[in-house]
Amino acid sequence: MANVITDETIEYVGILAKLELSREEKEAAKQDMGRMLDYIDKLNELDTSGVEPMSHVILADNVFREDVVVNGDAREGMLKNAPKQKDGAFMVPKTVE
Amino acid sequence: MGKQYETVIGLEVHVELATKTKIFCGCSTEFGGAPNTHACPVCTGMPGALPVLNRQVVEYALAVGLATNCAVNQYCKFDRKNYFYPDNPQNYQISQLYLPICHDGWIEIETAAGKKKVGIHEIHMEEDAGKLIHDEWEDCSLVDYNRSGVPLIEIVSEPDMRSAGEVIAYLEKLRLIIQYLGASDCRLQEGSMRADVNLSVREAGAKEFGTRTEMKNLNSFKAISRAIEGERIRQIERIEEGRKVIQETRRWDDNKEASYAMRSKEDAQDYRYFPDPDLMPVVISDEWIARVKARQPELRTEKLARYQSEYRLPQYDAEILTASKHLADIFEETVALCGRPKEVSNWLMTDAMRLLKEHGQEPEELGFAPQNLAKLVELVEQNVINRTVARGVFEAVFTENVDPLQYVEEKGLKVVSDEGQLRQVVEGILRENPQSVADYKAGKQKAMGFIVGQAMRAMKGKADPALVNALVKEMLLL
Amino acid sequence: MDILEMSAVELGRKIKAREIGALEAAEAALAQIRALEPVLNCYVAVDEEGARRQAAEVQKKIDGGMQCGPLAGVPMAVKDNMCLEGMPATCSSKILENFVPPYTAEAVKKLVEGGAVVLGKTNMDEFAMGSTTETSAFGVTKNPWDPERVPGGSSGGSCAAVAANECFYALGSDTGGSIRQPSSFCGVAGIKPTYGTVSRYGLIAYGSSLDQIGPIARSVGDCAAVLEEIAFHDAKDSTSVRRRDCDFTSALVDDVKGMRIGIPQDYLGEGLDDEVRSAVLAAAKALEEKGAVVEEFGLSLVEYAIPAYYVIASAEASSNLSRFDGVKYGYRAKGYEGLHGMYKKSRSEGFGEEVKRRIMLGSFVLSSGYYDAYYLKALRTKALVKQAFDKAFAGYDVILGPAAPSTAPRLGELLSDPLKMYLGDIYTIAANLAGLPAMSVPCGRDSKGLPIGLQLIGDCFKEKNIIRAGYAYECTRNYEMPGLAKRQAAEPGRWEVR
Repeated sequence: MANVITDETIEYVGILAKLELSREEKEAAKQDMGRMLDYIDKLNELDTSGVEPMSHVILADNVFREDVVVNGDAREGMLKNAPKQKDGAFMVPKTVE
Repeated sequence: MGKQYETVIGLEVHVELATKTKIFCGCSTEFGGAPNTHACPVCTGMPGALPVLNRQVVEYALAVGLATNCAVNQYCKFDRKNYFYPDNPQNYQISQLYLPICHDGWIEIETAAGKKKVGIHEIHMEEDAGKLIHDEWEDCSLVDYNRSGVPLIEIVSEPDMRSAGEVIAYLEKLRLIIQYLGASDCRLQEGSMRADVNLSVREAGAKEFGTRTEMKNLNSFKAISRAIEGERIRQIERIEEGRKVIQETRRWDDNKEASYAMRSKEDAQDYRYFPDPDLMPVVISDEWIARVKARQPELRTEKLARYQSEYRLPQYDAEILTASKHLADIFEETVALCGRPKEVSNWLMTDAMRLLKEHGQEPEELGFAPQNLAKLVELVEQNVINRTVARGVFEAVFTENVDPLQYVEEKGLKVVSDEGQLRQVVEGILRENPQSVADYKAGKQKAMGFIVGQAMRAMKGKADPALVNALVKEMLLL
Repeated sequence: MDILEMSAVELGRKIKAREIGALEAAEAALAQIRALEPVLNCYVAVDEEGARRQAAEVQKKIDGGMQCGPLAGVPMAVKDNMCLEGMPATCSSKILENFVPPYTAEAVKKLVEGGAVVLGKTNMDEFAMGSTTETSAFGVTKNPWDPERVPGGSSGGSCAAVAANECFYALGSDTGGSIRQPSSFCGVAGIKPTYGTVSRYGLIAYGSSLDQIGPIARSVGDCAAVLEEIAFHDAKDSTSVRRRDCDFTSALVDDVKGMRIGIPQDYLGEGLDDEVRSAVLAAAKALEEKGAVVEEFGLSLVEYAIPAYYVIASAEASSNLSRFDGVKYGYRAKGYEGLHGMYKKSRSEGFGEEVKRRIMLGSFVLSSGYYDAYYLKALRTKALVKQAFDKAFAGYDVILGPAAPSTAPRLGELLSDPLKMYLGDIYTIAANLAGLPAMSVPCGRDSKGLPIGLQLIGDCFKEKNIIRAGYAYECTRNYEMPGLAKRQAAEPGRWEVR
């Protein structure tokens, strides 16, 4: 395997992705990611110099909405799925120390 | 401190745009409102919801860019900035990194050493976050998405400023330009204008910049000045102690007049920007740019000149009035109703400014209707009330936006010009103050002033002063 | 003819003509569901009451002589990654187990407005990540042709339900082949339209630049009729395209004379099952006999499409799925410490293995220092793949090939080897990268009796070419139905879904 994924990398990606893996999952993730990256490295065989990265396939631009209020109070619908709520707001563990 | 240090400052200024709706959905941007009542699937990050760009956001961003001498990226795109925080409902913020709408501009500021250009690195469009309310009772935080998705532009300056004074001058100039464009009301206190300060110090004469820190949570010019001074000293002290300045984000606590680092191990500062696949690129044609330029409202310099030529105001008046777009608007609307520009100017420059200072407010916060000031001017003009009374009426207009005519009638403040009534009052005063009468007759002109004052006081200030004067003079000579 | 064996269009016509009652059709489908679900598990939720209510409403309209769409009263199913107001939308994930959206996906809304009777939500690979419908948090869906085998994925529940006559048509979504591959495994027809043809508003995103909703039915004709209903310009989706040529049923013409059909040699090489190759070439031959000009050509870049796809799809997914955090909806873990503890615990417990694998990969390829090497490289590869197709479509109206390298594998066979599973998407992925319309049409069965799918790919906005070719081919053969799909005697009593 050309790509060796370290414990630190898995740890770091876990922070970015907000995922906490068990020890076994981490080992598996190291293997999986290494194999996938080896496979993805196949792209390096391709000469892509001078090729513009393509994000959108369909060429369209300037898709706009006019500045007109169309939404009213829809709080009930927005809140009804909240795992925890209070006083019309979503409740989360405190964000300041 | 033996060595001389130079402070290098760059600013990231966030400005909330004055659109009616949010940047990517049709929710109102109106301030206030119960939590989450201006929120929909798009701005609360519901699964399957998709953003659609508000055209007016591009118009405003473009207008600000053109007014600050920027070049326009005629092909610009939105990117996702990925980070987890509850006020950011999708856990990514839609912003612009790779192709921001405007770049490489400048504005000119006045400094003690003369005029100076401050470079603008770029201007980009993005969405605001929601609000977190900390609930001490339950030891938790509450999330309100009413502000989530309100359009912002972020104006990133070059590190061209060297002192708090220059920073304030830059912010004031920027604010004025944006207010004049109508793109935002730029209220620091309410958060519609926010500045993050990037600051580093270096030994005088050094070529390389020092390591910079970023300071957040600065919501007044005073806080900005204090934070700059505090951070400058903190960095110099570290250097003098032989320690390094760490590149970090710090939060300014204006009450404690100190900043502290906002670091956590959960905060990797790796935002994984990539082009947002849900939004199409924005293409800005030459015609569009020309259209925005043509629509550009009168800016301050032009207004300054016009006030002197059209309204015949002294330069001093014109400068004060045009220093706030809001103040200038009130002035123009009032004059349109009652004429007499110099009179209107006087009310605004003296009484309004004094009251603002007393209340610790900014001109942007003037809340009365121009109609009421116009009515007041007319009441004085028509001699319905005298100037002394008018002052008090203005105060009521200023604080409560009262209708002056109604107010004057309710409080019975009309000028009394009934000669018989006034004659009786003056007679009484003369009788009670024989010494003053004697003084006057002995040639002391001052005594007459005293008597007029006593008469006015007896009339609770409502007497026609010209008539009182005439009567006193006449009766003293008897 | 048994109601259950009618085509969606035919049933719609009979309901409109009041030869069959809408409620009668709904009850027939519901009885089939009750009988087969214990074996197949196509649905994650069945809404019997709702279906009856909708059927009664449609019937009232028809009885009142009101205008109704061609598919009014026809019972159908929706993949569980599309929102329907008041019905759970789980994406077959624990993290969304209790989520009931307060809005309906625009594509579904169009159908409901046209009188569709929604039977329920169908099972899928969790967040559409998988090719077998085995990564669902709500159990595996079985292939109606052989319940020991997978139905394919990720729209496996939709395809199996259509094949088993548990609905007359269904909506699926296709990010890398998720409509075409399970259609192939289940012996039904499915279309992935040109990117931008069907609104994505209300479709829970996996890879936003690749996702497209499309129809799954037992015939090309039904697919065209459904697509005609759901294709429209939606102002709520910035990537929605304004099209004037959405009269797809007009392409249902049994005539391919002069049509130029190209078969990429790259699609017939190593890794392709011999029996699949023969069936696909036989289908090409059938079209040639009807007057099409068929030839083989070199498409190139085929082996680069998969790695490019996995970079792009995983990167977008890592960002799209970050909104599932236990704050606004869905699963929140118990017993966490602090805000970040809540995020991590909820997400780690709420997402399944395959989803976590792709989120990790996606976060990594976007992270500082790797963006250019992986993400931009993949976007450049995508541009080259698109160029290769542009070149091919200069010479051909339709590109023909297999939909999948093999027929349906046994349960568990692919799950153990992710890379092998990814390689199974080799023929379908390129159409997503290039935004092209593509469909799978049944083209016979292998010696094990399992269905084989023929894939037809068209140039952007040229759905009509593939519909015409697919229809003409379909006219040469009869629809084959799994034995199990024959109307089952209704089981007495109720049973619970899930």
